[in-house]
Amino acid sequence: MKINHQWLSAWVRTDLNASEVAERFTLAGLEVDQCLPVAPALEGVVVGEITEVESHPDADRLRVCRVAGDSRDRVIVCGAPNARVGLKAPLATLGTKLPGGLQIKPARLRGVASEGMLCSEPELGLGDNADGLMELPADAPVGTPLTRYLGLDDHVLDIDLTPNRADCLSVRGLARELAALTGAELNEPEFTSVEPVIDDAVEIELLAPADCPRYIGRVIRGVDVSAPTPLWMVEALRRCGMRSLGPIVDVTNYVLLELGQPMHAFDLARVNGGIRVRRAEANERMTLLDERDVALDPDMLLICDDKRPLAIGGVIGGLDSGVGEATTDILLESAWFNPASIVGRARRLGLATESAHRFERGVDPQLQRLAMERATALILDIAGGRPGPAIERADPAHLPESVTLRLRPDRVNRLLGTTLDKGEISEILKRLGMAVEEAGDALEVAPPSARRDLAIEVDLIEEVARLVGYDHLPVRRPRGRLRLLAGSESEVPGVRLRHQLAARGFQEIITWSFVSHEELVRVGQDDGAQELANPLSREMAVLRTSLLPGLLRTAGANFRRGQNDFRLFELGTCFRNGEDGFIEPARLGLLMTGRMHAEHASGPGRAIDFFDLKGEIEHLLALNRVSGKVTFRPCSESWLHPGQGASVYLDGECAGSFGQLHPELVKQLDWPKAAFVAELNADRVRRTALPSHRSGSRFPAVRRDLALLVDHGIAASDLLEAISEFGGEKIEKCIVFDEYRGPGIDKECKSLAIGLIIRDLSRTLKDDEVDALIGRVVSGLEQRFGVRLRG
Amino acid sequence: MSTPTPDGLLIQAMELVARAGDPRTLDEVRVQYLGKKGALTGLLKQLGQLPPDQRREAGQAVNRSKQTLESAIAERLRALEQEQLSAQLAAEALDVTLPGRMHEPGGQHPVHRALDRILAIFAQLGFSVATGPEVEDDHHNFEALNFPAHHPARAMHDTFYLPDGRLLRTHTSPVQIRVMQQTSPPVRIVAPGRVFRADSDQTHTPQFHQVEGLLVDTDVTFADLKGLLAEFVNAFFEDELEVRLRPSYFPFTEPSAEVDVRWTGEDGAPGRWLEVLGCGMVHPHVLRNCGIDPEKYTGYAFGLGVERFAMLRYRVDDLRLFFENDLNFLRQFR
Repeated sequence: MKINHQWLSAWVRTDLNASEVAERFTLAGLEVDQCLPVAPALEGVVVGEITEVESHPDADRLRVCRVAGDSRDRVIVCGAPNARVGLKAPLATLGTKLPGGLQIKPARLRGVASEGMLCSEPELGLGDNADGLMELPADAPVGTPLTRYLGLDDHVLDIDLTPNRADCLSVRGLARELAALTGAELNEPEFTSVEPVIDDAVEIELLAPADCPRYIGRVIRGVDVSAPTPLWMVEALRRCGMRSLGPIVDVTNYVLLELGQPMHAFDLARVNGGIRVRRAEANERMTLLDERDVALDPDMLLICDDKRPLAIGGVIGGLDSGVGEATTDILLESAWFNPASIVGRARRLGLATESAHRFERGVDPQLQRLAMERATALILDIAGGRPGPAIERADPAHLPESVTLRLRPDRVNRLLGTTLDKGEISEILKRLGMAVEEAGDALEVAPPSARRDLAIEVDLIEEVARLVGYDHLPVRRPRGRLRLLAGSESEVPGVRLRHQLAARGFQEIITWSFVSHEELVRVGQDDGAQELANPLSREMAVLRTSLLPGLLRTAGANFRRGQNDFRLFELGTCFRNGEDGFIEPARLGLLMTGRMHAEHASGPGRAIDFFDLKGEIEHLLALNRVSGKVTFRPCSESWLHPGQGASVYLDGECAGSFGQLHPELVKQLDWPKAAFVAELNADRVRRTALPSHRSGSRFPAVRRDLALLVDHGIAASDLLEAISEFGGEKIEKCIVFDEYRGPGIDKECKSLAIGLIIRDLSRTLKDDEVDALIGRVVSGLEQRFGVRLRG
Repeated sequence: MSTPTPDGLLIQAMELVARAGDPRTLDEVRVQYLGKKGALTGLLKQLGQLPPDQRREAGQAVNRSKQTLESAIAERLRALEQEQLSAQLAAEALDVTLPGRMHEPGGQHPVHRALDRILAIFAQLGFSVATGPEVEDDHHNFEALNFPAHHPARAMHDTFYLPDGRLLRTHTSPVQIRVMQQTSPPVRIVAPGRVFRADSDQTHTPQFHQVEGLLVDTDVTFADLKGLLAEFVNAFFEDELEVRLRPSYFPFTEPSAEVDVRWTGEDGAPGRWLEVLGCGMVHPHVLRNCGIDPEKYTGYAFGLGVERFAMLRYRVDDLRLFFENDLNFLRQFR
C-alpha cells in the first residue's frame, strides 16, 4: 500500500515528518519499506505561460515561444505539439538541473537562441505522458515554483501490510491507526448524502447471498466523461501509484484509496435490464477488461445483467460493460463480497487487482453506503450528471455480525508478562476505536467494523501489546527447569561425522534437493523419483533420489573453474517413492579426484585410485566403530566402472556403493580426469557399536606368511574369511601385503601374499602347533578354492 | 739390534693414531700395538727375560705406555665418530622452508557451520533438537498451524506441491506440530532443516535452512521470548547488539513479532536495522490443534533463516553463493 504523507496529514495532523510517521508505523507492525519524496528536487522549475508562438524559420517541427514565468519573458524554442498561446506548463529556467541530469543553459536551436526549457512529465519525473508539454491548469499562478504549486514537498510511504491488516489498505484506516499510535486527533471528513434528482434505478437480485450479502447500485445520467480530473486528484492518485484514466475511474480509485472500498462503474447503456449477482455457470466465458477471453470457474462470483456477465465480482470488470469515451450514463456499484468467495480467484486468472487484494483480505462490511455517497458527490463535482437513488439489496443473515469479545486483564498479563490494570487496557483499546465495557473482572470489547481481524481474545491482547510498544514490554532472562540433553552414545552425531570428513580433506557442499529427470537417469537412479507439480524449471523438476547428481554437478562446475584436486561430500536427505511408500533416506555422498597430495618439491605424487576411496570408507567405519561386520562385494551399479565398483555390507545389509565413476560418464560430462564416488546410507554409518572391553593376550603372537597362487576370479575377501574359518579364533589378523599378476605365474592366476598373525589367549604357541594350524588352513584353501602354495 | 723401549713405541703409535682418518685405520693401530701380537703386548711378554729387580719398573713403564695409547685411541675414535655424524647430518640437511607434503583440508559448508553454532547455543539453553519430514502434508504445514484454507497468508509462502497434493515444507514449523502431538508440555525444542519456497531471484533461493524453536510450559510470557532472543543474538554474534521487536503477523503465533538487530556495516557506517527472526506467542488454536489446553499452558515459537545468520556472521553479500558450491568460496569457511 502506497500512501502519501500529505493525504494522511489531512486526516490526522501530527507534528511528525514523513520518516517519523514511517518509523511509528513500522514499530506498530505496519512495515514501511520505503519513504521517498514524491518528486525529485525541481529547483528552478516554475509555472510558465506561453504568450506568443511563432514558427521556427528553419525547422518545420520547432516553434519559437515567448514564455512568461521567469523574472522576464524568455524566448524558448520548443518542439512539443501542444505548445500554444495561453498554455501553462512547467518552465525550467536557466541553471536548472533536471532529474535526468540535464543542465539548462542558453542554447541555439537551428540558429534561434533559446533561454530555458518547457517540460513534459517524464522530463520532470512526474509521470510518463511524453506526448507533449505537461499541461497545468489555467489558473496556475505564473512564476510560482512548481514544487510549491503542486505540493510536491511530500513523501510516499510504501507500506508492506501483513494480510491481517486489511483495514489499513486505505487513508481512513491508516489515519485511524496513526491517531491511535500518536494520540493525535482524527479528522474524519464528513460526507453528506447526495439527494437523488432522478428516479432511475436498476433491479438488483442477490442470487448468491452468502458470497455477496450487500450490493448497492446507483444510476447517474448525463456524466461528462471527457471532463478533466482535477489536478489534486490526479496527483493524489499518482503519488499512491495509480494513473489517471478519466474522471469516473479516477473517482472510484480515489475512493478505494481514501476509504478502502473497491467500487465499479458500468456503462448503463451496456446493461441489459437488472443486476444479478450469481456464481458462474458451467462452461461460461467472458472477456475481461484486459481483453483476455477467459473460462470462468463455478466458484467465481459474477455481476450479470439479464443476459450475460458484466464483471467478476470484486476482481475485475468486463471489457464491453465498462465506462468508455461514449458513455453518458453510468451504474455505480458498491458491494461487500465475502473474502472466501474472492480469495485466489484473481491469482488463478493471472491477475492482481487492487479490488481483489482488498476483498480477499476483508473490506469493512459497513462501508458500502458511505463510499457510494462519497463517490457520487465526487463524480457530480467533476463530471456532472443527475444521480438516481442508491438502491441497496442486503441479506443480513450473511453479513458478518459485529462481535463483542471478552478480554481478561489477567490473561493479558499472563501472556505478555505485564502488570497492566483494567483501566490501562481499556484506555488502549478505546484509542483504537473500540467500545469497551466492564463486565466483572473482564472487559467486553466491540472492535470497529473495519477490524475484521479481531475475532478472539488473543487478537485484543496483541493490540494491547502493539499499542504499549513491543520495546516497552518487560524482558525476562532465560530460565527454566534443568533438563539433560545427552544424546545416545550409539549414534555418531552428524556434526562429528562432518568434522571427521573435513579432517580427511572432504569439503562439504549443499546442493539442491531438486534435480532434472535426465540427471537421475544418467546415474541409473530414476527409480521411484518423485516429480513436483509446479517445478521452477526442468533442471529442478524432480526430487533427488540420490546425492550423485548434486555431486556430479558440483564437481563439473569446479573442474570448469580450473580446480583439479578436490574431495567433496554432502550429507543430506533424498526422496524415494517406492513400493513401501514414500521415504526420505539420509545419504552420505563422497567424491574424490586428482592427486593424493598437493604437488610437492619432492615429486609429483600419485593420482587418487580406487583403494584411496575404499580406504576412506574403511577409515570412517573404523573411526566411528560402526556396528556390524564389514564386508565388500563387487557391484554393478551403472554409474560405476564395471571392474572398479563395490558395495559395502554391514552385517550382510548393503550400506552403499562406491568406486570409480564410469569412464563413459566421465566422457559424457566432459571431465578432464577420473573421479571416485561413493553414496552411503548415512543413518546406517552413524550407528556405532558401544566399546566393550575384552582382556588381551599376554602371550606373544607369531606371524607366518603364505604366498598363494589363486584363480583370478577369487575374491581376496573370500580367502580371508576362509582363513579365519579354517584357522579358528587363534588367527588374530590377516594382512594382504602383495598382489601380483604377470610374468612368472599362470595367466589365469594371481599371486597373493598374506601374513597371518596367530596368537593364543592362554599360552605361548609351540612351533609344531603353529605348523599344524597353517597346514589346516592351507589344505582347507586348496580344497575350497583350488589354491596352490607358491614354491 | 736394540729392543724398542715402551716410550719409543708410544711415540710411534701416537703418531699413527693422530694420522688415522677413520675408525678402521685406528683399529689397525690398536691391533698393531695392543693386539695379542702387538708391539707393546710383546714387551710385556718379554718382561720375564729381565732380571727380577728390573721387572717391576719395566712392567710399570710398559703399562703406562699401554694406558696412554688406549685412551688416545678411544679419544681419537670419539672424534672420528663425531666427524662422521656431522658429515652425515650435513648431508641430510633440508630446506625446511619448502612447503610440507600437505593434503588440502576439507571443511564444513558455511551454512552448516552457522547452524551448528546456533544449535550449540540453544542446547545450552536446554533446547533439544527435533526433526521432521521434508515432504509434508497440508495439515502439518498449514492447517494445524492456523493457516485457513485459501487464506491470503498462504500466499506469503510460494509452495512447491507434489501431484498428489502433498508439499515441500515451507518452514520447519510443522515439526512443532508433530512434537506437540506426540509429547505433552513442557516442550523445549529447536527444529533445524531444509525448507522450500518456489521463488528464485537475487535474494531468494528455492531451498534454504531454518531453525524453528518452541517452548511450551505453564508460565511462559512474551517477556521470556524477548529475553531468550536477546541472549541468543548476543551469543551468536559475540556482541551486545541492539535488538528490537516489531509487531508482525504469522497465523500460528499471536502476538507475533519480527526481530531486528542494529547492524553496523564493515565501513563502520551507522547501524541499520536488519530483520533476522520471526517469533511470537503460540496461537491458542495451534495449541488446541495439538491437544494442549491454552488456558493451562502458554508458549512461544521463533523461526530464523540460517543463511541470513551465516551472511551476517561471515560477511557474505549474496545468498546464492551458498548454493553454487564454488570451492574458492567454500574453502574460506573451513
